[in-house]
Amino acid sequence: MQTGFDFTVIWTNITYFFIGRFPHGPLGGIALTLYLAIVACVLSFIGGLFLGLMGISHNKIVRNLSTVILNIIRGMPLLMVIFWMYFFLPALMGKVVSESWTVIMALTLFTSAYMSQIVKAGVEGIPRGQTEAALSTGLHPWQAMFYIVLPQGLRNMIPSFVNQFVSMIKDTSLAFIVGVSELTHVATQINNRTIIYPTEIFLFVAVIYFIICYAFTSLSRWLEKRLAWKK
Amino acid sequence: MFKYQFDWSIVLSGKYFEWLLSGLYTTIQLSIVSIIFSFLLGLLIAVMRMSNIRPVRWFAHGYLEFFRNTPLLVQIFFWYFGSYKILPAVINDWLNRTNFEFGAAVIALTIYTSAFIAEDIRSGVRSIPREQLEAARSSGFSYVRSMQYIILPQAVRITIPPLINQFLNLTKNSSLAMTIGVMELTYQARQVESYTFKGFEAFTAATLIYVVISLVITVMVTYYDKIVLSPMKAR
Repeated sequence: MQTGFDFTVIWTNITYFFIGRFPHGPLGGIALTLYLAIVACVLSFIGGLFLGLMGISHNKIVRNLSTVILNIIRGMPLLMVIFWMYFFLPALMGKVVSESWTVIMALTLFTSAYMSQIVKAGVEGIPRGQTEAALSTGLHPWQAMFYIVLPQGLRNMIPSFVNQFVSMIKDTSLAFIVGVSELTHVATQINNRTIIYPTEIFLFVAVIYFIICYAFTSLSRWLEKRLAWKK
Repeated sequence: MFKYQFDWSIVLSGKYFEWLLSGLYTTIQLSIVSIIFSFLLGLLIAVMRMSNIRPVRWFAHGYLEFFRNTPLLVQIFFWYFGSYKILPAVINDWLNRTNFEFGAAVIALTIYTSAFIAEDIRSGVRSIPREQLEAARSSGFSYVRSMQYIILPQAVRITIPPLINQFLNLTKNSSLAMTIGVMELTYQARQVESYTFKGFEAFTAATLIYVVISLVITVMVTYYDKIVLSPMKAR
């Protein structure tokens, strides 16, 4: 039935939307969303670097191994990765793992696969002559990679990394499924409590995500222009 | 850790096997319906995005930015829980009489994916030289007709690999429909886990199915690239 909108439900719960029960309880809401995204992003950068360098290794076994890992991860829905972590991380570690860390690990594993493609493309975008010059001056192949090729490649990768971060923020909403009280979970809680304002609540949440993500998307576009190599 | 007794027979035959199979069936159904709708909607939005009429272009631009920068899960919840206030009563009644979970999932997946598809089609169109449009216009085609007969057929051919990737993403994203109770593959795997406590087997089976679907699609794209696109570029 058509009824008017009533956004007072948003204002009465506004702090809960932003920080959850903090400081009287655990952090939640938008703050937790950002925390999860940032931690997982940093970790998956490392993971992506690792997987990406495996993908361009001269050792055939290492290269094939990375292809297999990539294809498995990229063939799985993120939700499936979260379930794997949720049920089997405690078994593997032999102790209870907090839900937040379960989700962070799942996001890290999942996003590393995508990050590695960025790393690979970035490294391959650097002219081959650079590596050859570095090697001929006596650098070890690892030194050539870490001092010469990667620093230049990273610069090209920055806009794509920012885009990945945007995907990451959107992906943290899946933490809802294992009960981590980030923004989406907080929204469903408030929705369950108030019952009659779902349209207002989910519209508000969508707009919040949009503002955050759009800001970073714009940043990435700006960086792309700014960082383009002068020709 | 490893006191776990593996029992693969659980997911290979009997009731639980049938559950997983019906889940796969729902996943495929959900994906195919959403793929068709999201392609059509994406095409429409892409054409609107390139229109000469400003308000139309702005609307399409806003649509793209909004739905690309919002999580799919929130969109699913919005359509499932919140759409009754913005949709006309006739549609609400109709949705409630049919399978509303499935319907809401289709709406959300369609709208979310159409935004990505529209961008892919647009970059496909941009790769077609502008002179083609001008030539078409000067030989008397209207804007819509020159799009329809000259530009889009070529653009779609170039756009097919990214499109197929979007369809692959859609198939994976359809797993989120479990949150509103659509009994697709992930939902059934979860269900088998909670009934039998054999989570390892159930999730392995579901994961394998997803990975196989994705590999088949990836191989298809690679062949398409080799057989159709490379000769086009070489010309």
